[in-house]
Formats: sequence, structure tokens, C-alpha cells
Amino acid sequence: MFRRLLGVACAAFIAVSAHAQEVKWSEVLAKARGQTVNFNAWAGDEKTNAFIQWAGEEVGKRYGVKINHVKLKDTAEAVTRVVAEKAAGRNSGGTVDLIWINGPNFLALKQQGLLHGPFTQALPNYARVDTTGIRSNVVDFTIPVDGLESPWRRAQIVFVYDSKRVSDAPRSVPEMLAWAKRHPGRLTHPSVRNFLGSTFLKQALYELAPDPSVLQMPATDENFAMVTAPLWGWYDQLRPTLWRKGEQFPDNGPAQRQLMNDGEIDMMISFSPAEAAVAINSELLPDSVRTVVFSRGTIGNTSFVAIPYNAANKEGAMVVADFLLDPATQAHAQDIRQMGNFSVLDFSKLTPAERKRFDDLPKSAALPTNADLGTTLLEPHPSWMTRITAEWEKRYTK
Amino acid sequence: MSATRETARPRNLLRYVPALTVGAFLLPIGAGLVGTLLPAFGYLPAIGGDAFTLAPWRRLFSYPGFASSVWLTLTVGIGTSLLAAALAFLFCAWAHERPPLRRAGAWIAPVLATPHSALAIGLAFLIAPSGWIARAISPWLSGWTLPPDLATVGDPRGLALMLGLLVKEVPYLILMIVGALHQVPVREHMTIARALGYSREAAWIKVILPQVYPQVRLPIFAVVAFSLSVVDVALILGPSNPPPLAVLAVRWFTDADIALYFPAAAAATLLLTIVGLVLGLWFAIERAIVAMGLRWIARGTRRGLALAFASAAATVCALLLLLAFFAITGMAIWSFASQWRFPDLFPHGYSLSNWMRRLTDLAGPSGTTLVTGVLATAIALVLVVGCLENEGRAHRRASRGALWLLYLPLLVPQVAFLFGAQVLLVRMGIDGTLAAVVWAHLVFVLPYLFLSLADPWRALDPRYARAASSLGATPARVLVAVKLPILLRPVLIACAVAFAVSVGQYLPTLFAGNGRVATLTTEAVTLAAGADRRVIGAYALVQALFPFAAYLAAVALPMLVFRHRRAFR
Repeated sequence: MFRRLLGVACAAFIAVSAHAQEVKWSEVLAKARGQTVNFNAWAGDEKTNAFIQWAGEEVGKRYGVKINHVKLKDTAEAVTRVVAEKAAGRNSGGTVDLIWINGPNFLALKQQGLLHGPFTQALPNYARVDTTGIRSNVVDFTIPVDGLESPWRRAQIVFVYDSKRVSDAPRSVPEMLAWAKRHPGRLTHPSVRNFLGSTFLKQALYELAPDPSVLQMPATDENFAMVTAPLWGWYDQLRPTLWRKGEQFPDNGPAQRQLMNDGEIDMMISFSPAEAAVAINSELLPDSVRTVVFSRGTIGNTSFVAIPYNAANKEGAMVVADFLLDPATQAHAQDIRQMGNFSVLDFSKLTPAERKRFDDLPKSAALPTNADLGTTLLEPHPSWMTRITAEWEKRYTK
Repeated sequence: MSATRETARPRNLLRYVPALTVGAFLLPIGAGLVGTLLPAFGYLPAIGGDAFTLAPWRRLFSYPGFASSVWLTLTVGIGTSLLAAALAFLFCAWAHERPPLRRAGAWIAPVLATPHSALAIGLAFLIAPSGWIARAISPWLSGWTLPPDLATVGDPRGLALMLGLLVKEVPYLILMIVGALHQVPVREHMTIARALGYSREAAWIKVILPQVYPQVRLPIFAVVAFSLSVVDVALILGPSNPPPLAVLAVRWFTDADIALYFPAAAAATLLLTIVGLVLGLWFAIERAIVAMGLRWIARGTRRGLALAFASAAATVCALLLLLAFFAITGMAIWSFASQWRFPDLFPHGYSLSNWMRRLTDLAGPSGTTLVTGVLATAIALVLVVGCLENEGRAHRRASRGALWLLYLPLLVPQVAFLFGAQVLLVRMGIDGTLAAVVWAHLVFVLPYLFLSLADPWRALDPRYARAASSLGATPARVLVAVKLPILLRPVLIACAVAFAVSVGQYLPTLFAGNGRVATLTTEAVTLAAGADRRVIGAYALVQALFPFAAYLAAVALPMLVFRHRRAFR
């Protein structure tokens, strides 16, 4: 009896709140019309830039919202800008409306209370997001998302190699060291100041740390040295075998991919399982590249969009965030002729027609299946990344 | 009575132009320096720095690569400047009365017009282990089926960075020297020296160089300051672990961790100090060289090694010019390539699809580049003509001190004042606007425009103006109907120089535009960090074409306008 009552109450509550949401959303749409959203997004990847441009045309047609892609070299630039505006007392009418963000940058803004929201529940398409199966959609680098950022694309570490020259691709961190010793100068990783470079080290730490579960908690002065000792032991051996003897590194992922395309390296880390397939498609890598995933699982995370507390065009920004979650948008993004990134949606929540959009996407021999990807490991707490980067600079910058 | 009032009024207005001009660029530099100096000692209340402290300096000194970074800054800065000056002087000694020098302007103008970053991007592809040069000799000569594991770009010593700087700075200094030669009785002195049995090169170095050097000291100092504090070229060709001090400062200024503003300001302040010290040192070394050189000249050796050195320098200069040419050509080819892999000398296939896809992307930044460049140039032109007119009517020439003032934006490292200037722009509420970017460009456009226009303007025969006045023309009418038409060519050339300077600005655009105003240069440098080379190629090419088109227009326009007046062309 009590249960039923509760059920009815819940249903009524859900109906009411859904209605409230609907009303609110139509208001959001009305206010958004005519707004120009300053979308601050890392611009080092052409495919993503093209996608954002396409998204701008679409939201323009559908909702009368324009997107101005503010092209960043580093997401931190947008964080700095919001912090500087706060410092200058500009608490409304801010110049950053939407940021492509996750991890440490999200933590920085969340901790200082510089984010608008929670707003994700107000987005109609958020109901289709996988919030149980894909943990990284709700826990960003161990930090609860709390509705302050909306997911839009997923990433997981894979390794891309040239099958014409590599027949013995490694499937674990220790195997990678053995491989690098056999093929000196043919492997590198992006600069450790870049997220992909530090992720390379984090992946190694996951496999080498005595107890990886501590990585889900903030690093401390006490445990950092102990937990990371095996990592540095491994890296000290690996570094001399790297491209340029480990004294130079490509600035970021695309620069690393350019080295692969130029034939300077044979294997590289990537944060996008579809990178090889996408790159073959756009003639950025030879057809012979393939993808391999480590057998004990690799780190995966979700990219989000967040709205600063002082954004001038919050409604427009919410419309864009919602558009990014539209199944049609997500399928377009997953197309290897576009970005090829894996969707954040829960396919069981989609209609058959919506699912078909994903099933009909082009295939590629370089594209791993969900089964190939295996276990997704959760990102460590951001403090590990910060400390690893600092420690790396201390050890290897002369 | 009324006639005197009429002529007096515009003159009174003109009197304020020099002050306005100096203010236009001294205000941001002054405010910027203060705004950098205070946080360097911990004072920036907006982000919690309330008390003066040395903590920023401790943080800077404890950066793991600090010593290497300073050493790198010094070696690249001093090495590049010495080499550039030596090459430029020796080239001029070699080229004296040889055909190449007469056409030197035509050869090097395109290189000078090309933004630093576009050349650096092209050079990076040219000299990489998998680059065009390596491809040209592989595998038939080098035996490389795979690119060799050599650090030819981003090498820890910064040699690639030095090369990238030399490609631009040597032509710049050559042009400055050629300009200064007009102030020296070259022909007479050379004839006497040659009659005394000195070889052409020895005569030039012993007789002409000592007279020309003081005229080009400021341009050389600008080269020294620039080489010590360059950011965009260093991002593309320089090492990153550790980077030069200027790059380190920018990296910290733009870091998410706001606390890094303080060591960034300290690094910028240190760089300012280093530039000051190196210029002082340069001055001292000049004295030493003068003392030694006098004895060397007095010894009276007629030939010596001058010819060998000068010929070698001329060869190096020709190579630098070739590098610049192939750097841009390489990028042009990339923009039309489909696949182009090592060791193919040319792409596997060509396609227009890259350009078709980029056109919309390119439109925005191209428009911004054009509008910013035109506005900054137009404002600068009005101010400069105002200054020169005032000077002419007041019969007073700008002093030596004023010349130093003009060079200030070229001598003070950009990182040392741009952050502080950004704070000023935020206070005024115009940060991130086009107006702010135009102002920031104006700081650098003004001096170049003034320096290019001042000499031809002052050299104009005053009798034209006097004749017009005696026919009853007002000073304004003399300016519009007589002076400007006669000076159309130098005015347009000066505008082209100014426009090229504006197109090439990276750091000022980044800071004043708050990252939101995208020009071809900011886009190209951002993309150079790793995007598809076909895309980078398209941007670098368009970026290079803009100033080039301005130069062509500056040369073609007078021919068109004055097609019926031969003497004006």
C-alpha cells in the first residue's frame, strides 16, 4: 500500500517536474533565439573544428542560435579568462558562454564556484544519456559532475600502430617497454604538459601501481612517492628508447599523428578509439594503421560542455549543449567521416529509428568494436595528473 | 586678419598630434610595464596578491629548467643578432655596385612582407628529418627509407629557431643598411679608397661601414631585443623543454593555475632586464670593436680576408633567401596535396577539396586581418602625416630622443608589457574587442610607418610647397593637392610596410583580443601546434599573400593613377 502510494506520488512528482521543465525549456528556446554563443573549445583538431562549425549551422537553422568558435590552444585559457573576469568584477555579461571541458579545468571552475547550474536536467535530450553504464558521464576525474557540465563525447585510450612495419604490437605497459627497446626511436608520447601526454603516464601508473584503487582519491605527500615509484622506474628505462631519445616531444596529439604520417614513429597513443579510422578516411594516416587496446583495460573519460556563472548567453549555451546530445547529432559525431567519437547516449533509451542511425554508420578495419575496447578504467583524481606533470618536469627538464 | 586666423587654426590642432601619437603607444607600454612589474613582486590585488613579496622570483628560480631557459634565451638572442648583423654588413660589402644590390629591394621585399610565423611554419617542414630537404635526398643519396632520428626542429640548443629568425632579420637589416647608405657619400669615399688600392670589400668595410653603423644602430638593437624575446617563431621552431624565457612567461600567463601569473610576471620582468643588459653589453662591445677596428684600419691591409668573408656571407644570404622561397612554396604545395608522405618529393595526388573546405574557415580571420590592418594603418598614417606636417610647419625636426621613443615598442619585449596592458584594457572595458586589437597593433604599426615615411617626406623639396603657397593655397590644400600626390609612392609603400606589420602580429592580437579576435596569424600559430599540414599550408599561404598583395598594390597604384604623368610613377 505504502509502496503504491509512493509510486503514485513519484509519478505525480515526475509529471509535474517534467511539465515544469517543458515550460522552462520553451522559455530557454525563446530567450536563446538571436543569441551568439561564444563556444570556447580546443581547436587543435580540424575534424572537431569542422564539427563545431556544422553544429553552428544546425543550431542556427533550428533555433536561431549562432556559435562563435573561440579557438583555444589549451582549455586552460578559457578558465583563466573566467577567473580574470571574476577578478575584474565582471559578474554578468561575461565573454565565455560555453567551454569544452573536463577533469582539472572543471575542478578548478567548480571549486571556485564559477559555473552556472546545475543545468543538465533542464536539457530535454539529457534523459537519453547513459548515466549508469558509462560512469565517466557522471563522475569526471573522480569529481561528481552534479549537473554542472553536460557530456558530449567519449574518449578512451587506444594505441595506433602501422601494421606495415609493426607485427608485434604490445598489449600491456611492460610489453610496451620491451617493444620500445626492440625498436628504438619509433615511439613517443605527446608533451606531458598536454593532457594526452600526462594520460600516457597515468595509463602506465594504472598498470604499475601496487594498488590502483588509491588513484581514485587525491594524491598525498605521503603516498605519491610510493605509488609512483614503479612508474618512474619503468619510464627511466623507456625514455632513452623513445623518439629523439626522449628529449623532445610533440606538443599534442595531432602533432604526434603528423609524426606518424611522416614516418618518424610507428606507434602512438590516442584518446579516440576511432582516430585511426578517421585519419585514414581523411588521408592523414596511411591505410595500413590499426588500433590495439591493452588487455587489462585502458583509461576512458567523457568530454563535457560547461557554462560559466557570468556567461552572457546562458540560454543559447544550453540550447547548444542540448543539441550536442541529440541522437542525430551524436550519430553524426560518431561517423568516421566526421569526428568518429563514441557516443555518450544509452542505446536502450533510443527509438529503433534513432539506433539505426548508429548501425548504418560506415565501418573500418582500423575501428575497434566495443568488445575490443574491453574494460574502461576511470580517470584518477586530477591531483595525480598535476603531481605527475610537476614530478616529470622536475626529473626530466634540465 | 581673417586670413591669418584661418591658417593659424589648423596649425594649432596639428600641434597636439605629436603628443597624441606618442601617447597612443606610450600609454599601453607604460601602463603595461607597471602592470607587469607589480605582480612580479607579488602585487595584484584582483587575484589575491596584496603584499609585496619575492615569492614570484623564488618560484621562477626553482623552475626545473630555469637555468637552461635563460641560457637558451641568451645564446639564441645574442647569437642570432651577431650573425644577422655580420651577414647583412658583409653582404652589403660584397654587393656594392654589383647588380644584385640594385635589385635587392625587389628580392627581399616579399620575404620582409611575409609574417614571421608563416615563414617559420614553412621552414619547419623544410628542415624536419622527414621534411622536404630530407625527401629530396632520400633514399637515393641518404639511404634513408625512414626519416632519421635527428633533432633538426625544436632542437634543445635552438639552432632551428636561430635559422628561422635569420631568414627574416638579415633581409631586414640589409634593407635598413641600404636605406642608410643614402646618408653617406658612398661613391666619393669608395672611389678614393679604391684609388688607394683597397679591394671593393675591404674598402666598404673599412670606410663605409663605420659611417653607416650609427645610422642602423637602432634597427640592430631592435633585432637584438626581438631575438631575445620572440614568441611565435619560438613556439614553432624552438625547443619546448625548457622553452626560451619569453615562451615560458606566455605559457604561465595563460595557465589555468592563476597563481602562475606571478612567476610569469617575474619571468617577463627578468626578460626586460636581460634585454636591457644585453643592449648595454652590445654598446660596450661596440666601443671595444671601435678601438680594435681603428688599429686594424690604420694597419692599411689592402685586401686580406674581406673578400672571402664577404663572398661567404653573400652565399649564406642567398641560401637564406632560397630557404624562405621554398618554405612558402612547400606550404603552397601542401595546401593542394591529398597525400604526401616520406620520402616522396612531391605529393601522391593533388586536390582542391582542402581549399573548398577551408574557404569558410578562412573568411572570418581574413576579414579580421584585413579590417585590423587597414584601420591600424589608416590611423597611423593620419597621426604620422600630422606629426610630419607639424614638424615642417613649425620648422622643427624630431630630436634624437624622439627617435629612441619611436623605437621603444621594438626594444621593449612584448611579453613585458602586453599582460599589464591587458589589465588596462579590461579596466577600460574594451578587452577582446576589435578596437583593442587595433590599438595594440597601432603600437607597432606607428613606428614602422613613421620610420618608412619620415625620410622621403623630409627630403621633399620645400619649394613645391612654397610655390603653391605663393599662389594662395592654404597649408591644407598644399598638403592634399601638392605634397601627398608627389609623395604618393612612398606613402603607399609605408602603408604596405605598416599593413604587413599588422598582419604579422601574434602576441599583441592574442592579449588585446583576449583570444577572441582571430586573425590569420593567431590561427596559423595555433594550427601550427599540430593540425593537418594541408590546413596549416592554406593558412600560411593566405597569411603570406596578404602583405604581398599590399606591396603589389603600393607599387601598382601610382602607375595606374599617374599613367599620364611619367615623372610621378
